[in-house]
Amino acid sequence: MELHSRVPDGPIEQKWDKARFDLKLINPSNKRKFEIIVVGSGLAGASAAATLGELGYRVKCFTYHDSPRRAHSISAQGGINASKNYQNDGDSVFRLFYDTVKGGDFRAREANVYRLAQVSANIIDQCVGQGVPFAREYGGLLANRSFGGAQVSRTFYARGQTGQQLLLGAYQALERQIALGAVTMYPRTEMLDVIVVNGQARGIVVRDLVTGAIGSHFGHAVALCTGGYANVFFLSTNAKACNVTATWRAYKRGAAFANPCFTQIHPTCIPQAGAYQSKLTLMSESLRNDGRIWVPARAGDSRPANDIPEAERDYYLERFYPSYGNLAPRDVSSRRAKEMVDGGHGVGAEKNGVYLDFRDSLQRLGKPVIAERYGNLFDMYKQITGEDPYTVPMRIYPAPHYTMGGLWVDYNLMSTIPGLYVLGEANFSDHGANRLGASALMQGLADGYFVLPYTIGDYLASTRFASVAADVPEAQTAEREAADRTKRLLAVNGKRTVDTFHRELGRVLWHECGMGRTEAGLKRALVEIPRIREEYWRDVRVPGNAADLNQELEKAGRVADFLEFGELMCLDALDRNESCGGHFREESQTADGEAKRDDERYAHVSAWEYTGPTSAPRLHKEPLVFEYVKLATRSYK
Amino acid sequence: MRLTLHVWRQAGPAAPGRFERYEMPDADEHMSFLEMLDVLNGRLIEQGKEPIAFEHDCREGICGTCGMVINGRPHGPVKQVTACQLHMRSFRDGDQIWLEPWRSRAFPVLKDLVVDRSALDRIIQAGGYISIRTGATPDANAVPVPKRHADRAMDAAACIGCGACVAACPNASAMLFTAAKIAHLGYLPQGQPERFGRVLAMVQRMDAEGFGSCTNHGSCEAACPKGVSLDFIARLNRDLIRATFGKGMEAESAAGGAA
Repeated sequence: MELHSRVPDGPIEQKWDKARFDLKLINPSNKRKFEIIVVGSGLAGASAAATLGELGYRVKCFTYHDSPRRAHSISAQGGINASKNYQNDGDSVFRLFYDTVKGGDFRAREANVYRLAQVSANIIDQCVGQGVPFAREYGGLLANRSFGGAQVSRTFYARGQTGQQLLLGAYQALERQIALGAVTMYPRTEMLDVIVVNGQARGIVVRDLVTGAIGSHFGHAVALCTGGYANVFFLSTNAKACNVTATWRAYKRGAAFANPCFTQIHPTCIPQAGAYQSKLTLMSESLRNDGRIWVPARAGDSRPANDIPEAERDYYLERFYPSYGNLAPRDVSSRRAKEMVDGGHGVGAEKNGVYLDFRDSLQRLGKPVIAERYGNLFDMYKQITGEDPYTVPMRIYPAPHYTMGGLWVDYNLMSTIPGLYVLGEANFSDHGANRLGASALMQGLADGYFVLPYTIGDYLASTRFASVAADVPEAQTAEREAADRTKRLLAVNGKRTVDTFHRELGRVLWHECGMGRTEAGLKRALVEIPRIREEYWRDVRVPGNAADLNQELEKAGRVADFLEFGELMCLDALDRNESCGGHFREESQTADGEAKRDDERYAHVSAWEYTGPTSAPRLHKEPLVFEYVKLATRSYK
Repeated sequence: MRLTLHVWRQAGPAAPGRFERYEMPDADEHMSFLEMLDVLNGRLIEQGKEPIAFEHDCREGICGTCGMVINGRPHGPVKQVTACQLHMRSFRDGDQIWLEPWRSRAFPVLKDLVVDRSALDRIIQAGGYISIRTGATPDANAVPVPKRHADRAMDAAACIGCGACVAACPNASAMLFTAAKIAHLGYLPQGQPERFGRVLAMVQRMDAEGFGSCTNHGSCEAACPKGVSLDFIARLNRDLIRATFGKGMEAESAAGGAA
């Protein structure tokens, strides 16, 4: 396996223009001869499927949900960044590019990030044209806010439901193409494998989640838009069905997996309340614009928040980072919260949170202003915790939220399997070791609306395709393997439910590969995970049968993949003996507890190649070159 | 707290369904409603029984996947809260809880509490969009939108497509769902060119899918977890009249304001 990033030559601001000129085009009347499979219907998948259908390709789009509108992109609250500079506050394409590379702690590929910043402006135009009801000022123009770690106001938002509105925009564009017959939609259909024929991705194996039937679909290219893997931790802010299966099965067919240890632990989530907890709920970090984070200065202080006098509160982010204060980036804020809780300053009945307090803003701005900005979030918080954030501070704690790692892709978003493209959170390319707030929506839509539709034509135009049909041996093998696996899961008939194993895996990863990682801990995890996996295949109980709507069986397949993937994540974390962004190796920190990068040894992308069920994966390195953003220590002081 | 659940069990679309009784002796008030069902399902699996099929995903009240009728009310007893955001503190020790799927001819039951809501997608396919090409739009600030129109559009766009309005309606009408999309796009200048064609096409599709007619009963608004207002149905009816009697189609070609 060789990694060719295919970054165009020339100055960074001209690379995308150059690429668009060099990429081969397909005659409009020939486009209908090509069939493209899009897996996933979130921001990346829906925007890609709709745009490719509109261009004239024949598109098949798959989702395991009942409708493409359910994808987890819908849960994004805060906003979407774009380099519009509508606020006249000094933003530019270069500044958004610079902030994203720096925010990612210099572990992203410069050329991809620059292109992202360039097309960000087109995304806002596109969404407004679709009818996305962004927040507006009284003059009728678009409103912006500053968001997580940015010193300019470049974030566009639709109340606290930006992801929902952007997804509905893409979903509606997709439904239009479905009505026109350009896209065929396959809801309640889960991808179980990629079919690789003559070294090219030519199809997928799927399971119909209602009938249980396993079958194949073929095309000239496959685009995986299947999201991230934060649910490997069991407890995360991801929707319950989010999983690693599509990308993991692609990995096992030859797609390199890049930087799996780069996970984002989001600082503002509602702390865990009990052992039965099924997921964690994010509170948008836009709350940090008006909320102040603090803990009792004295460890073990268990007085109610409002009884603790000002002098005995420690506004630790303002203390550590005077210039960014409560807006310090996600990775930094999360780590400091952990430090406070580990040091005995935790709040709430379980002592597992820190306060996010709106008292001062409520006094300064009044309740109506706060309610307009955050009303739905305050209501959600109250509904979940039973506490009223207008009168007592919120309690928050970090939780797994997003994964920067993903399948390795080149500049054209193609993985190491020719014809297999990877978009959105499922790829690794744009966020380095830490994603900035409001950048995930930007990347998903950039990839789907404005990158893949250009780059895929080049591959289709310059590749010779043999005809494939259902009887190709590769498809039959993949189908048989998927069916066997389902049978094996049902046949174990052990004593423990799928969830108990998933929770056990999650606990190991949260402790050993969460906010702080050590060599010893990772080595422990690398012993524990295979043990859990072995027990899983010996003692899991999956009820029902394969030819039915069987939610436990769906879950069982996903957890089986998480049990393999978790090991790769720890292996990657162990190999990367530096701290960068969300990856904090405790061995590698400065005297005041900040992440210490090692650019000499680790300024590269770690791309792992699958070598078989019993052999260790092979590590390939793509060196990262920083020509435009000078490598520097991130400082938010 | 000790609860008794009566859950609708149905093996498939053609199979007969029935209520089955389950005891839940130890529900915790901090659990969400779905976590309580998770615990029950875990026990059913351990006892070698088939767990209850129900749909859910984000568990944050935004994806619209979950939905069941709890004690006769879609999404349960708390106003503007989805089933996934409902917590057990809303129930009392000793409560009897009846769980049913959405009941509507347009939403066939697939299994237990899972129904097929694809009819809602087909209503959107009929016209719930603005027909623009990717990349063909003017600068986002080229067309100012009065804030009150943008805000009303957002109020309507808050619909999560869960189908509770249909389940609540005595006629199983999808008017609130349809009206919300028509209002969302109709309040915005970008939505004007197709405004009246859209309302005709979507209402026609809604009827063809087997949803009932609206008789202004108002249960939909009461059941809507996002508080989508009945006013949008009135707006739909106004647009439908204008579209049907021709004046709207003339206005559409003029692509005027969002009045």
